[in-house]
Amino acid sequence: MPDTLLQLTESGLYCPAGDFAIDPWRPVARAIVTHAHSDHARPGSRAYLATRDSERVLRTRLGPDARIETAAYGEVVSINGVDVSFHPAGHILGSAQVRIAYRGEVWVVSGDYKTEPDVTCAPFEAVRCHTFVTESTFGLPVYRWPAQERVLAQINDWWRGNQEAGRASILYAYALGKAQRLLAGLDPAIGPIFIHGALIRLTEDYRASGVSLPPTRYTGEAPRGFDWLHAMILAPPSAHGTPWMRKFGPVATGFASGWMRIRGTRRRRALDRGFVLSDHADWPGLLAAIDATGAERVWVTHGYAAVLARWLQEQGRDAAVVPTRFEGEMGDDGAAETGEGEEA
Amino acid sequence: MNLFAELYTALDETNRTSAKVDALVRYFECADPADAAWALYFLIGRRPRQAVSMPRLRAWAVEAAAIPDWLFGESYDAVGDFAETVTLLVPEPGEWHPADVASASVLPFDGPQPLHRWVEAVLLPLRERDEAEQRAIILAAWATLGGAERFVWNKLITGAFRVGVSQQLVVRALARVSGADSAAITHRLMGEWQPSAAFYQALLAHDSADTDVSRPYPFCLAYPLDDAPETLGPLAEWQAEWKWDGIRAQLIRRAGQVFLWSRGEDLISDRFPEITAIGALLPDGVVIDGEVLPWKDGTVLPFAQLQRRIGRRDLTRNVLDEVPVVLLAYDLLELDGVDVRDRPLTWRRAQLEWLVALVAGRFEGETRGHGEQETRGHGEQGTWRQEGGGVSSAGFVSEKPSSLDNAPLLRYSATPLLLSPIVTATDWNDLAAQWAMSRERNVEGMMLKRRESAYRVGRVRGDWWKWKVAPYTVDAVLIYAQRGSGKRASLYTDYTFAVWDGDRLVPFAKAYSGLTDEEIRQVDAFVRRNTLEKFGPVRTVTPELVFELAFEGIQRSARHKSGIAVRFPRILRWRHDKRPADADTIETVRTMLPGD
Ligand SMILES: [Zn+2]
Ligand SMILES: [Zn+2]
Repeated sequence: MPDTLLQLTESGLYCPAGDFAIDPWRPVARAIVTHAHSDHARPGSRAYLATRDSERVLRTRLGPDARIETAAYGEVVSINGVDVSFHPAGHILGSAQVRIAYRGEVWVVSGDYKTEPDVTCAPFEAVRCHTFVTESTFGLPVYRWPAQERVLAQINDWWRGNQEAGRASILYAYALGKAQRLLAGLDPAIGPIFIHGALIRLTEDYRASGVSLPPTRYTGEAPRGFDWLHAMILAPPSAHGTPWMRKFGPVATGFASGWMRIRGTRRRRALDRGFVLSDHADWPGLLAAIDATGAERVWVTHGYAAVLARWLQEQGRDAAVVPTRFEGEMGDDGAAETGEGEEA
Repeated sequence: MNLFAELYTALDETNRTSAKVDALVRYFECADPADAAWALYFLIGRRPRQAVSMPRLRAWAVEAAAIPDWLFGESYDAVGDFAETVTLLVPEPGEWHPADVASASVLPFDGPQPLHRWVEAVLLPLRERDEAEQRAIILAAWATLGGAERFVWNKLITGAFRVGVSQQLVVRALARVSGADSAAITHRLMGEWQPSAAFYQALLAHDSADTDVSRPYPFCLAYPLDDAPETLGPLAEWQAEWKWDGIRAQLIRRAGQVFLWSRGEDLISDRFPEITAIGALLPDGVVIDGEVLPWKDGTVLPFAQLQRRIGRRDLTRNVLDEVPVVLLAYDLLELDGVDVRDRPLTWRRAQLEWLVALVAGRFEGETRGHGEQETRGHGEQGTWRQEGGGVSSAGFVSEKPSSLDNAPLLRYSATPLLLSPIVTATDWNDLAAQWAMSRERNVEGMMLKRRESAYRVGRVRGDWWKWKVAPYTVDAVLIYAQRGSGKRASLYTDYTFAVWDGDRLVPFAKAYSGLTDEEIRQVDAFVRRNTLEKFGPVRTVTPELVFELAFEGIQRSARHKSGIAVRFPRILRWRHDKRPADADTIETVRTMLPGD
C-alpha cells in the first residue's frame, strides 16, 4: 500500500509524513496510543502521545519512566506538518480515535470503540474522514448487545439472588475499563463491594481522573472470619479457579463480556452466569460508526476483519483488511472467538 | 413458553446438581399440567421429528436477518450451533417491520402462549404444511418469540433440543413436587405415552394401578468394577455371566400381545420379528430382560452385523437369513402379571430357566406342528398348562391365531430364546482365568451379580458389577480436527486419527472424548496454528501429535478408507513421548481383526 498517509509496517500502522506510529506492536521513536489496553499500549517506545484522560492509567501500564505527552480531545498537535488530534472512542477512560490530516487528506484510526454510552468515559464521536481504520472485534451480525441498563439490572438482581441463596458474588471483568464500568453500575445499597488486588490501582486511577465510583474495599483487607455472603467481589478473569477464591466460602461466579453472547463460550468457562456487556461496538454499532464517518475507504483490523471487509465491499465500499499481529499469532479467528484477550 | 425458556436458561446456566433440581422443582410447582407434560417429554430427551429442514430454516433466517448466506456461514462457524445462530441473527420481536409482524396472523393465537399451545397448535402440525405455509409460520414465530424463548423454539423445530439434565434428576424433582414414589414415576415414564395434562396427573398419582400393557420396567444397570473382584467377598455370593455386546432389551408378553423394547426406550418389535414370534410363546404376564444378539451356529456374531438389522428400512429375507438373532435372557421381572423384581436373583433365575425351557418345548411343537397341520400344537397346550401351575392359561394357538406369525421362526432349528449361561468357577482365580479369555468368546468381559439381589432401578452401586476386559489400544496421529458442539462449540474437540499405510497416513478412527480440558485447550491451540487446509468446518492439521486410542471392537469395513471400523474409540492419553513415525501401522491394526 504505497503512497498512503498511513502504511502497514512491521511495527503496525505508521505515518511516513509525520514519522510516528499508532499503537505500534514494537518499540518506535514516536508512538501515538489510542488507549491503555496492553494490545495497544506496548512498552519500550521512546515517546508516547495520548489523551489527557488516559494519562494516569497509561502511566500505570507503561511504568514511571515512560515519556508520555498528552493532548485534550479535539486539540490539534502538529507533528512534522501532520495535524494529529484525539476524538473520544467511548471504549474506556481516555480512549481515543486518532485523526490525521495532511495536505487535505483525513484519516481516522478508531482504536477500540463502542457507540453505546458509558458513564466512565467520554462518549464516542463520529469524525468525518476519507479513510477510516476500524476495529472489528465483534464484526459478526450475531453480536448485538442488549441494552446496558437491562444487563446492569440483571447483575444487581443476580447479586441479590445470591445473597438469598447464601452465596458471595464473584464477578469477573477485565481489570481496565470493564471493571470500573461495572462498579459504576452496581447498586451499593445491596451490599459491600470488594475488589481483587489487581484492580486497586486502576480503580484509583479512575477516581483520580474524576470518574465517580461507589466505595470499594480490597478483599485482602477484610478481617479474618468476615462474612462474605452479602459481598460483591470484582476480579480479573485470571483469578477464576485459583486458591484466592477459597476464602469466600460458597460463591456464585459471573463474567461480564461481549463473548458471553455466545452460549458455547459462556458454558465453556464453567461459570454460573454470563452477562453480555462489552466495551466494543456490536455489529450494528460498527456499521453505524463506519457510515457516520462518510469515509470513501475503510481499512478493517483487529477481529473479524475479513468478514466485515467483505460485507462492506458487497455494500459497494472500498474496504480492505489490515492484519494485526495478535491475529497472526492466534490464527484467523482465534483471539476473537476464545475471548482470551485482555478486553472485550 | 416463557416459563419453559426460563427453566431451560436456569438449567443451562448452572453446573450444580442441587441448583438444577431446584430449578426443576420451581418449574413443576407452577407449570400448567399440559405444559409440564411437554416440558418433561423434552427434558428427558424425547422429541418430535424435525419439523422443518435446516436448509429451509437457514434460507428464512438469512432473509429475516437481511444478510447474505455466506455471512450466516461465518456466524454459524463462530457460534457452533445452528439453532443458536438463527436465534442470534434474526431480529428481536421489537425490531421487525410492521408489515412483517402483520404476517403473525398466520399463528393460531395472539399474545404470549404456554408451551403446550406452541407445541400442539404450531409445532406438531408444521410438518404437514407446504413450504410457503411453513415459511410464514416460522417467520411469524420469530417475530413473536425473542431471546431464550426463541432459542428453545428453534431447538424444538430442529429436533435438537437437549439440556444437561438426566432423567433421574427430572424424576427426583417430580417426586419432590408430588410426593409420589420415584421408582413408580420412572416406570410410568417408560414405554409409549402422549404428553398431556391427563398423563402428567397420572404420572404423579400415588396409587399404582397402571394399565399400559406395553410398558417396560426401568433397566437395572451395573457399575464398572475398578477393584480386584476378590474384594467383593466370597465367590459363592455371586453369579457370573458373560458381558454380551448387543442390544439390551425387554421382552414383554401381556394381554395377548408382545413388545420388545430397547434400553434406549425404542419399541424394536418390528426389527426382530423372530423374537416377537418367540415372545408369543410365553405365557401371559411375563417380562424378560435380556440381550438381542446376532447369533449363528451356536455362537455370537460381531455387533456390526446387528447394525445391518437396525439400520435398514426394510428387513429383506436376505438380511433375516444372514443375521439371525436371539434373545439371551438375563432376568425375569414379571411373572403371572406380578412384578417380581424384589425377589432374590436366585429365585428369578430359577423361574427364568423354567420359562425358557417351556418356550423351547413350545417352539419344538410350533415349528414341527407347522408342517403337520395344527394337531400337535393343541396337544401340547394341555401339557404345559399342567406344567405351568399358576401360570396364566392364555394359549399361543387359540389366543390370537390371526396375529401370530410363526414364519420368522421357521428358519430356526432351535429356539431363539436362550438363557445367558452362568459361568462357574472354583474360585476367583479360576474365574479370572476364564474372564481373561473374554475376547476369544466375543464378549466384553463378565457381569457379576449378587445372588441375593433384587432387580433395582437404574445404576445402583453394590449388587451388579461389569467387569470388562481391557480395550484394544493403538497409537495414532491427529490429522483432522473439527469444532465440537454445545459447551465446546468454539473449540476444536472432534478429532480424526490416522495410522500408517506404507508412507501414507490413513484415517482410521474418530474420537471425541478422553482429554482433560487443559489438553483440549492445548490441542485447540495446536490446531489453529497448524492448519494446512480448511474444508468446511474441518481443518487438516500438520500430522504431529500422537495419541493412544482405545476401542472396544474391530471389524472389516468397506465403507472406511482404512478398511476397518472400530467401536467406541476414545483417547486414552496424549503420547507426548511419541513422534508421528512411532504411530502404529495398518498392518498392526489388522492383526486385531477377529479371525486373523
Ligand atoms: Zn481496548
Ligand atoms: Zn484492542
